[in-house]
Amino acid sequence: MSDVLKSYRFREEREAGWQALEAILKRAESRGVRALSDEDMMALPGLYRQAVSSLSVARTISLDRNLTDYLESLCTRAYFFVYGTRMTLSQRLKQFFAVDWPAAVSAAWGATLLASVCFFGVGFLAFLLCLSDMEWFWSFHAPILGERTPNASTEYLRSTLYTDGYASEDLMAGFAGKLFSNNSQVALYAFALGFAFGVPTALILAYNGAIIGAFCALFFDRGLGYEVMGWLLIHGVTELFAIALAGAAGFVIGGAVAFPGRLSRLQSAKRAGNQAALIAVGCMVMLFAAALLEGFGRQMINVDEIRYAIAALSLVAWLGYFYLPRRGVGRGLG
Amino acid sequence: MQRRLRRIRSAEDAKRMRTLVTPEGAALSLKIGTFAERAGAFVIDFVIQWSVVLIVVFTIAYTVDQMGFEAESLGYGFIAVFVFLLRNFYFVFFEIGRRAATPGKRLVGLRVASRDGGQLRADAVMARNFSREIEIGLPVSFLFMGGDEVSAWIGIFGLVWAGVFMFFPLFNKDRLRVGDLIAGTWVLHAPKVKLAGDISQSSTRSGQRERFAFTPQQADAYGIHELQVLEGVLRRADGKTRAEVAERIRNKIGWQATPGERDGDFLEAYYAALRQRLEQRMLFGERKEDKFDVR
Repeated sequence: MSDVLKSYRFREEREAGWQALEAILKRAESRGVRALSDEDMMALPGLYRQAVSSLSVARTISLDRNLTDYLESLCTRAYFFVYGTRMTLSQRLKQFFAVDWPAAVSAAWGATLLASVCFFGVGFLAFLLCLSDMEWFWSFHAPILGERTPNASTEYLRSTLYTDGYASEDLMAGFAGKLFSNNSQVALYAFALGFAFGVPTALILAYNGAIIGAFCALFFDRGLGYEVMGWLLIHGVTELFAIALAGAAGFVIGGAVAFPGRLSRLQSAKRAGNQAALIAVGCMVMLFAAALLEGFGRQMINVDEIRYAIAALSLVAWLGYFYLPRRGVGRGLG
Repeated sequence: MQRRLRRIRSAEDAKRMRTLVTPEGAALSLKIGTFAERAGAFVIDFVIQWSVVLIVVFTIAYTVDQMGFEAESLGYGFIAVFVFLLRNFYFVFFEIGRRAATPGKRLVGLRVASRDGGQLRADAVMARNFSREIEIGLPVSFLFMGGDEVSAWIGIFGLVWAGVFMFFPLFNKDRLRVGDLIAGTWVLHAPKVKLAGDISQSSTRSGQRERFAFTPQQADAYGIHELQVLEGVLRRADGKTRAEVAERIRNKIGWQATPGERDGDFLEAYYAALRQRLEQRMLFGERKEDKFDVR
């Protein structure tokens, strides 16, 4: 019997390469791709291929468990690194705002329409019902409306629409409160529950639409229609658009699960999920903007006309941003 | 009996294995993370998240206290915004990163990967994490839904319904959460392994090899499974276990211990002989799986 095993000789020959690869991976994982020198970059593909071939050789000739486990883990790490994403966060953000987000939203126009019908349609119905008979209001009453019920005086209702005098720290608290209030939660639920064929999404949209419809009807009933719409729309254009889009994201997923078409249900859910996630992240951005408008803008601007102007401006801006055709689109979501 | 148990266990292990063929044509075997591993990782992350929240809240409260009451609502605002961001972006931030794992996942040895073997895209990471809201947030909110009898019942039904989402990973073979399902991801158990020394060489190096000359029959007494168990013993076990194992092997192969022979040396030498024998046979296409495998 010779003293040296074949598998050991094999290991001796290749070990330096594995350790070089491991060192590069370690540097790249802890300090990023930029920590790698040009030599490392040149060496990486070769070392990676060598490790992968070592793994298949080791599987056939070596019975050293630690060795095969090591190579397995090394190759997996290297594989995820070599074929992993190369985008930095700032590139990713640029890509998101310039291409991905508007493309995802405009591609989901059908779902957006459906979500709008669920939200505004039910809202309008509730509005009409309440106008015809204020007793209906109590069916849609929600804690968030607080004191603003048919029992309140018109003077009180008017006073809730305008702010006279404010302190800057109150604005910050207001902003945070608005951001944290049910908007983002509603939007996230509408997205996440889309998985159940979109049914819970439709219910959430309809319920919140009805609350807003009833709320508006109350003010219209007291002759405060023009004022309340200004109060609502200054941030509402952004906020309600965001909620409709979150609902659309839910419907995109629900539709893909219910009607996968030629794809398998899983593939279809995955494809829709990635598109819907883009829309949902976008919703958070919009809700953030809406919270700024609501927390700061509305408290500082107490003139109806300016409120309307801001509302119109934001509507034009969002519509243009999402739906105007732009160069280089057509590559879709890739 | 033992053998059948081992078969069952290895079949269970095999159920966790998935093969990924790289573009180079090499097959990597990936291991799906178990539900327990994932729950453990989540608990760690949860504790980290809320410890950070507590620290920040106390810091802000202290600062506000120093500055007087005017700053109170400002402090409250910052806390609310901070909690919102931490809650929604903690997982996304770490999983988009280079290691594709949160601190909790790294401790347990898990990482997120795309199911099709391609690159893990940021959209996928966001999709899988935003649906956490219905898997964790929803059950918890139902859990704390109290009040009168009716809403308590609604709470219980809601909890059961939401529990379906929470335990979704138990009902499919890839252990996918709902979030994984719509994101096209899965979670792999891929701990880092350190390359240890080759045991077959230690007896040569210490000059003990000549003392132990095993006959081919003795080297044929065990198979691959026993070899790897022995490897584990030599790498990890203490003196007592080694002594027991050495005793059993000596009995099995009929080895007469020479005076002054140490258990460790004997085991290392036998390991080397056994491995050489088995690897030789493997080159000729015979894998002797275990000691029962007689050919």
